[in-house]
Amino acid sequence: MTTNTSYPLKRVDFIFLNENDWKQILSKTLKRDKQEIINCLMSSELKGRGGAGFPTGLKWKLTSDSEADEKFVICNADEGEPGTFKDREILSQVPQKVLTAMAVCAYVIGASKGFIYLRGEYKFLQHALTNAINEFEHYCEDIGFHFQTSIFMGSGAYICGEETALFDSMEGKRGEPRNKPPYPTSFGYLGKPTVVNNVETLAHAFTIFKYGAKKFRDLGVQYSRGTKLFSVSGDTPTPGIFELELGMTLQDFVEEFGDGDTKAVQVGGASGFLVPRKRFSETAIGYQGRLTGISLPTGGSMMLFNSTRSMYNVLHNYLDFFREESCGQCTPCRVGCQQLLAGIEAVKRGEKHSSYLEKLLKLSETMQLTAKCGLGQSVANSFASIVENFWEEMVF
Amino acid sequence: MPKIKIAENTVQLIREICTKYGNEEGELINVLHNVQDKLGYLPAEVQEVIARELNIPVARIYGVVTFYSFFSMLPKGEHPISVCMGTACYVRGSEQVLEEFKRQLKIDVGQTTPDGKFSLGSLRCVGACGLAPVVMVGEKVYGRVSPQQVRKILSDYIIGCPHSES
Repeated sequence: MTTNTSYPLKRVDFIFLNENDWKQILSKTLKRDKQEIINCLMSSELKGRGGAGFPTGLKWKLTSDSEADEKFVICNADEGEPGTFKDREILSQVPQKVLTAMAVCAYVIGASKGFIYLRGEYKFLQHALTNAINEFEHYCEDIGFHFQTSIFMGSGAYICGEETALFDSMEGKRGEPRNKPPYPTSFGYLGKPTVVNNVETLAHAFTIFKYGAKKFRDLGVQYSRGTKLFSVSGDTPTPGIFELELGMTLQDFVEEFGDGDTKAVQVGGASGFLVPRKRFSETAIGYQGRLTGISLPTGGSMMLFNSTRSMYNVLHNYLDFFREESCGQCTPCRVGCQQLLAGIEAVKRGEKHSSYLEKLLKLSETMQLTAKCGLGQSVANSFASIVENFWEEMVF
Repeated sequence: MPKIKIAENTVQLIREICTKYGNEEGELINVLHNVQDKLGYLPAEVQEVIARELNIPVARIYGVVTFYSFFSMLPKGEHPISVCMGTACYVRGSEQVLEEFKRQLKIDVGQTTPDGKFSLGSLRCVGACGLAPVVMVGEKVYGRVSPQQVRKILSDYIIGCPHSES
């Protein structure tokens, strides 16, 4: 295998490095000018680490510019993407970093209330997190900064990680995504301007407040600055969470984490893409732009599959997941997920000719164009990338 | 919905929980979590009481209860067993583990054993993919479970049953 340009894997240690200096960082940052903090985040080029990659500084700026009597900061800890487990580690190891960044965000946008939307499956974190919040609020009081945080427990719905569904869920409703616009920066929780940031994004913001924008921006590559936590699972001798500099190729990644027999890697969980072995060297992990080929954004889930795994089973599992988790609000997603699943089963059983897969690919394309939210739109990502690359396994 | 009388003290308990949350419509999910924690499940009659207290249609509550997988209208077993069906667990054989639980307990997913001891469910990714395949019994997490270990896990919860095999 030849790699055109080599960006070897660089391990970094910011997020889990705990120097217990959050009090100092918080006091220091709250003394800075609000506009200056926004500029600092913008120049760091930090992008949302939940997977969508929206520039964090811009999100804070837009919310800060919205006029309202009340605003909110929400930390999205509804980590439900299969194969992602970084947020639970952050919240159990360094919750103060996340709370500090939330408080700074509240200061910048003019909010006094924050929420952590905690995934129902992570209920075991609730107790320790509540203690961390109490200690944090106590310190805020001491330095005369008014900021309160509460935990909202999720109830087992993947879709609630979508920010507008998350609002509805917090308002006591079914978690069904809303139409956008209006965007959360002007009309979010209870109709008020709201910043929703992923747990990891907030933890990176802490790093930036601590070391400055330049140190963060110097890491990674163009369009994909800084570091990212990767949740590595599947057929690997070393599963776990790793903080790596952005911009590496999948080839580098597999050489480090593979078991020597990796046939494909699913990047970004069920809503992400499957990359087959022949594309490893041309695929980079980042947000945009070109390194050596295509570049994939990711929420950090990296699942490796070796040659003993059936990609039909993997796809079946994803589609079953989507069918179950589709909120049912819009037809392309509700019916589409059911039909894709029934379709591949029919082809596998030989009831349909293999050319039926072409039709299913068209259906997934339609879902991508017409589904209301990210869930329905992204079903096509894994569907098309698995079917196109492992056509034979779908049929035989 | 059938009118089944539930015990007056249960109604009182539900009322207290609703009052704790200010009888506010927006607190519905917190109320449901709390009530389910106390009663174990959310049958139709319970939903009716909540509807009255929060002054919202019972259909809205039913819609919410059935939307979220954490809420159940059926009672769970004393030891609810959940087998993770997330992709990492699935490819590492959680389906066989689930089948073995079904076989041993003689119940299907979503059911409870006649003695009320165990109920069986599948769930989506508990965020322990490094330990795949994962099984949860109550709040306890078992990692790298093989079908052969199912019997051993169950015996942890059956008093008087010797720890058979391995």
